Amino acid sequence: MKILVAVKRVIDFNVKVRVKADGSGVETANVKMSMNPFDEIAVEEAVRLKEAGAATEIVVVSCGATATQETLRTALAIGADRAILVESAAELQPLAVAKLLKAVCQKESPKLVIMGKQAIDDDSNQTGQMLAALLGWPQATFASKLLLKEDKAQVTREVDGGLETVSVRLPAVVTTDLRLNEPRYVTLPNIMKAKKKTLEVLKPEALGVDVSPRLSTLKVVEPSKRKAGVKVADVKALVDKLRNEAKVI
Amino acid sequence: MAVLVVAEHDNKTVRKATLNTVAAAQKLGGDIHVLIAGHEAAEAAKAAAQIAGVKKVLHADAPHLGEFLAENVAGLIVSLAKSYSHVLAPATSNGKNVMPRAAALLDVQQISDISGVEGADTFVRPIYAGNALATVQSKDPIKLITVRTTAFDAVSLGNSAPIESVAAPADTGLSAFVGREVSKSERPELTAAKIIVSGGRGMGSGENFTKVLEPLADRLGAAMGASRAAVDAGFVPNDWQVGQTGKIVAPDLYLAVGISGAIQHLAGMKDSRVIVAINKDEEAPIFQVADFGLVGDLFQLVPSLVEELKK
Repeated sequence: MKILVAVKRVIDFNVKVRVKADGSGVETANVKMSMNPFDEIAVEEAVRLKEAGAATEIVVVSCGATATQETLRTALAIGADRAILVESAAELQPLAVAKLLKAVCQKESPKLVIMGKQAIDDDSNQTGQMLAALLGWPQATFASKLLLKEDKAQVTREVDGGLETVSVRLPAVVTTDLRLNEPRYVTLPNIMKAKKKTLEVLKPEALGVDVSPRLSTLKVVEPSKRKAGVKVADVKALVDKLRNEAKVI
Repeated sequence: MAVLVVAEHDNKTVRKATLNTVAAAQKLGGDIHVLIAGHEAAEAAKAAAQIAGVKKVLHADAPHLGEFLAENVAGLIVSLAKSYSHVLAPATSNGKNVMPRAAALLDVQQISDISGVEGADTFVRPIYAGNALATVQSKDPIKLITVRTTAFDAVSLGNSAPIESVAAPADTGLSAFVGREVSKSERPELTAAKIIVSGGRGMGSGENFTKVLEPLADRLGAAMGASRAAVDAGFVPNDWQVGQTGKIVAPDLYLAVGISGAIQHLAGMKDSRVIVAINKDEEAPIFQVADFGLVGDLFQLVPSLVEELKK
């Protein structure tokens, strides 16, 4: 079975994001970039399926600027077999990315697509669901457990209030939640090996996809800051504040 | 122009998130219709008819809608969407699952997790874990939107809107519901609670959540939450997680115990009315957002807080 994994290059989760002074967006120059953490879980899951003999080939795909090649190399170092970059310097919104991924899926015919449930930059949580819709495939979002059974996948999902299990027909799209697995550290030999793996570059036009944005960002501002309050001396003072000052208990 | 609100319900009652979503819909203007998609969900439809400001309830009832599978519900939304200028759903796990699927089928770029309405086509939404707020304008003819429920005050009940049956498209057969493990709890639901007691890595173990934190939550009638660190460490289940990748909450009182205050956690709770932090590290970033901070060993402070609350 061929698995396609979609990944996104985002500002590293440890970076304190700064809003640009002109309100046009956030500062991305000279900022550490990494693979979206949920996508790293997706790559890891695919590699584990291959190691368990359930998958034969892992193709990792990303849509973005030239520098996204680095992110794809990381996925190759984790254990993906080859990579595809759909290269575009333009802003790509989730619907456009889903359309690009659909075109790649039609070329590659994977049995399973895995990707993160959400990218930690725009926090949209859309692309996997949209890709499934455009392909007419089922979706299993927010996965914490994935079992492949012949022509079906049984997926346990993280939902409000607990867990839910669904069975989806393959091919399907699965989006990952945190507890699905813990990604491995990439080793130096694997980073070296990844440099030799194939990385194909495609253009949106070649895939026949119109990627023009549907949403225009009018401005980006910093949220109003919460003011630090006071430190209280002891438990008695705290209860007094909560009862008599804040009146919340 | 009319607005369709996709209700969050359990086939019997309507969840509060629906009331917050109707509040967001009211800011758009126009008639508001609420969709109950479910199985044997007549009671939920009746409950929806009581929501203030609702003009009509659409009730689609079919066995394959009972578990709110994305493939079937998205098809239903698509079949109705053409009559509406906006389709809104709360940004719950159901809303997040279904709405982008419907949006893609309609060739619409969804607007996720809005926290403000600036106009019929212009919305505010948090990005980068709430470290920035983007104002975005949609060019799509129909707007599909998920709503950050904590940003809109719930509308009240007291209405008797008419209920109209609508047909459900056939079962796609693409997916099937297998089962559900619901965390059973007498406590209020995390996203609806007035008081939340939350623990972090500093709790040390799952057992300490039960022994140390639970008595405090019991005393306050509070829901219990956790930071991602506590979930990752396996102390508590994932549905307790408050933060960027977990639940967004805004209770009257949020007690953060043994939580350092990573930005991803703050993203999920910084809109709480009053925040209390208990932490042994006085430099912990949680104190920068806390109204009241208590520095010290939580294993001594929390039990004595419980005692003090009994007085």
